[in-house]
Amino acid sequence: MTPLDCVEGKGLACVRGGRTVFRDVGFRLARGEALVVEGPNGSGKTSLLRLVAGLLPAASGTLWVSGGDIVIEEREERGKLIGWLGHHDAVKPQLTAAELLRFFARLQGTRAQSVTAALERVGLSCAADLPCQYLSAGQKKRLALARLKLCGRPLWLLDEPLAALDADGKSLLLTMMREHLATGGLALVATHDPIDLEAARLQLA
Amino acid sequence: MSAFAALLARDIRLAARAGGSAMLALGFFAAVVTLLPLGIGSEARLLASIAAGVLWIAAVLANLLTLDRLFQADYEDGSLDLFALSPLSLEGIAGAKIMAHWLTTGLPLTILSPLLAVLLHLPAAAYPALLVSLLTGTPAISAIGAVATALTVTVRRGGLLLPLIVLPLLTPVVIFGAGTVLASIDGLQNGGIWFLAAFAGVTLPLSPFVAAAALRLNLSE
Amino acid sequence: MFAYANPKRFMEVSAPLLPWLAGATAVAFAAGLYLSVAAPPDYQQGDTVRIMFIHVPAAWVAMMAYGFLALASLIGLINRHPLADVAAKQAAPLGALFTALALITGSLWGRPMWGTYWEWDGRLTSFLLLFFLYLGYIALWNAIENETRAARAAAILALVGVVNLPIIQFSVQWWTTLHQGESILRRGGPLIAAVYLWPLFIMAAGYTLLFFTLLMVRMRTEILQRRARTLAMGGPNAG
Repeated sequence: MTPLDCVEGKGLACVRGGRTVFRDVGFRLARGEALVVEGPNGSGKTSLLRLVAGLLPAASGTLWVSGGDIVIEEREERGKLIGWLGHHDAVKPQLTAAELLRFFARLQGTRAQSVTAALERVGLSCAADLPCQYLSAGQKKRLALARLKLCGRPLWLLDEPLAALDADGKSLLLTMMREHLATGGLALVATHDPIDLEAARLQLA
Repeated sequence: MSAFAALLARDIRLAARAGGSAMLALGFFAAVVTLLPLGIGSEARLLASIAAGVLWIAAVLANLLTLDRLFQADYEDGSLDLFALSPLSLEGIAGAKIMAHWLTTGLPLTILSPLLAVLLHLPAAAYPALLVSLLTGTPAISAIGAVATALTVTVRRGGLLLPLIVLPLLTPVVIFGAGTVLASIDGLQNGGIWFLAAFAGVTLPLSPFVAAAALRLNLSE
Repeated sequence: MFAYANPKRFMEVSAPLLPWLAGATAVAFAAGLYLSVAAPPDYQQGDTVRIMFIHVPAAWVAMMAYGFLALASLIGLINRHPLADVAAKQAAPLGALFTALALITGSLWGRPMWGTYWEWDGRLTSFLLLFFLYLGYIALWNAIENETRAARAAAILALVGVVNLPIIQFSVQWWTTLHQGESILRRGGPLIAAVYLWPLFIMAAGYTLLFFTLLMVRMRTEILQRRARTLAMGGPNAG
């Protein structure tokens, strides 16, 4: 895991299509900490995650992402620290679950041997060689979770991770998150569902 | 480099799977070429004189058909976000996708073209020129098409917009490509193949950068 | 320099300038049209030579407009300047209009000269392709809902187009020599009598002034529309 100690945002603002989505948002996240971003639809939860990922430029404010003593400025460098679980699953119906994971492992430069273990972890080992078009929405979400685990990035950005998951899947997600935090990972979770996680909250209006 | 190879392999695999774009493009190419004599008559001399143009135009249209979803499919299902956060730069991603598109569309079309040329009574002397011109020109089609499709990636029905944007930009390819084949029927060389090669030589290295710039702005607004 | 070119400043400066620009356009057209009619008929083409005074300047302005579009796009892309985006957006339909005018007058001129309304002549073909470049640009602008994103995407397309334009023209030139030999009548070449040069230049000035007058009106309209929309949305940047 690449060292990442701290993510800090100050006075962040986001403008999309001429509309100010949010302004003056600040937070601080250190190793082993999680932050739950709450707020109604359209309050900019997804935008905040994209902004932290560097997928969206901030209209104003500063964001520090630092590991060791180095502040990581380069967007492309920052990208390598981020485990992204977006609204969409990025699951291709034509590929099998194992093929999909192997592809992302190679793309992200992680070892492909752990694919089987990752699938087993999310309870999809029997579906490994099944084209993803036969998976349910919840199973696709589990597959996305397996990818998140597999890629081993220190900063997890999760957008509505509970959506489509059953009770079993939800507890799996929480366990995985606690493990991630216990090993020094960081996580930013956007959700409007109540989430049973001991973490700081950030309320977006 | 292995990330580049991974994306290349994935796109080829997706195109080759059942319902993938490779068969679609080939089928469309063959259908257009077959339909044409049914519309304008089967006189051998007439067909021979238009064969070069027909094969080239059908090749361009078949390419447009598959270019449409080049980035859009990955944009819509969230894959593009993950690509942008991968060690591979967006330029590398565009380059891999252009190469995969050519390998699954341009190259198979080129290989199939002599077979269809037989249906159109293309004189035997023109076959080498047909193959060489398609081999040189189709990468440029993939490259320019990738730029246009990156620009329209967020447009819901971007496929309808694509031809209007891309066809004027592709005129040099059609002109030099078909012109080369036409001249070769009479055993002539008119330099068209060199212009085509120069055009491909300029567009191929530049297009990943322009396409990446277009993707970057579409992801970040 | 760009600090002074903000939309507010543009509205202030352009308001008093607009009547003068419109007046100059009217004067140039009056003088140009008078001289065009007063010029003697050509010994070969007769009175049809007068189409040249309408056709050639339209073609010039059509090309100049694409250059302007590309320049504004470049500034918009590099400096992220909203006024440049507005200028590029509003120049495109005008460019398409002048291109259409050049095509229509060219085809009307072609009827007596070639005996047909359309000839796949190098210049006409190039202008037809230019027309499609304009249409593609306008279509892309309209297709993307987010205004900033549309401006950036269209700007990239305009720059790709301006790099491609000489190559397209070269390929079309090459294609016409391939298919038709050199029997095409060259129009508007260097061998124009002086009696025709003056009306031609004055008409060119009139067309250029017309382009910029219309551009200014369109840009003002666009800026006012944006303000109205911002006010309606109750946004913070209103006014």
